[in-house]
Amino acid sequence: MSPVSVTSSRIVYDALKASGVRLVSALPETWLVHLIRMAEEDPEMILVRLAKEEEGVGISAGAHLAGVKSAMLMQNHGLLASINGIVSCAQLYRIPLLMLISYRGEFGERDPWQTEGGGVTEDLLRALRIPFSCLDNVSHVAPRIAKAQTLSLSANKPVALLLCRDLMWEER
Amino acid sequence: MLRIDALRAVYDRLEHRVVVTIMGAVAAELQSLGHRPNFFYLQHAMGLASSMGLGIALTKPDRQVVVFDGDGSVLMNLGGLTTLARYKPKNLVHVVFDNESLLSVGGFPTATSTGSDLAAIAAAAGVPRTGAVRTIAEFTKAFDEALSAGALTTLVAKVDAVGPAQFVTDLSLLENRFQFQRYLKST
Repeated sequence: MSPVSVTSSRIVYDALKASGVRLVSALPETWLVHLIRMAEEDPEMILVRLAKEEEGVGISAGAHLAGVKSAMLMQNHGLLASINGIVSCAQLYRIPLLMLISYRGEFGERDPWQTEGGGVTEDLLRALRIPFSCLDNVSHVAPRIAKAQTLSLSANKPVALLLCRDLMWEER
Repeated sequence: MLRIDALRAVYDRLEHRVVVTIMGAVAAELQSLGHRPNFFYLQHAMGLASSMGLGIALTKPDRQVVVFDGDGSVLMNLGGLTTLARYKPKNLVHVVFDNESLLSVGGFPTATSTGSDLAAIAAAAGVPRTGAVRTIAEFTKAFDEALSAGALTTLVAKVDAVGPAQFVTDLSLLENRFQFQRYLKST
């Protein structure tokens, strides 16, 4: 069994559903496997598997203008790969985006290749003026997702939630 | 073939369809023929017009969506063709105006000028209907066939590398965006 937490993934997924999300775009990454599977198995959810995360900005923009709430599932390196789309589509056109970003490369990271992106993630979000919060404990997952989406929709802006190791990974 | 002539040839078909265009010459030329509230011009974020079209097509399955794309934009998001092909929305017609050039930013030649074949790439990605046309008559016929085919189509229209004198119009980006959203909500 992968040490990725099924329990936490379920809580995150249920919170997305409860906040009205009906389309999820995703690029697979280890921490997101259960979330993507849950979206795939849910007949009420449209799952769009991407070739590159930036496509998800366009897909979410289209869904928003069509009146459908969406979320983007990506790794923090996917955020790095999406910056022009976030700036030149979502921010330029005042499009809300709910981005759930697996926060690889923070304390406890064992994969050397994840460490550089981890070090720039929060500074990058601040530079882009994207409001963000960390999800590192199951107790605040649902309210933070709901509040993040509320702000995203009222401000017509992207927001980010960082899926942290303490939430997503069951150490053993 | 001039792109504006191709747009003019099918303009009347766009009246009740959802239209997304790329930036620059395509946006300015379509606006010059007459803006409508069902037209959205993605004036930046090159490559994402087809992704926006996919997002609308998947969430508005009862509406037909037309994307007017370009060679430079498609080349920036070739992976997006594989995503279009993966979901094959029957209500999406993807037109690529291929002038073999990044016209809006100085006219530098793109890879389609040295042989990269976007219709073949789309077909190999798995888009069920693809084609390439070079005349207004061919374009009009292929566009009408795509509208009635009931299958995702990528239609590459080879056009001359000429465009309007200027790209900025008097329609602000946000005015366009909110008007378009209101249109989609009301229909």
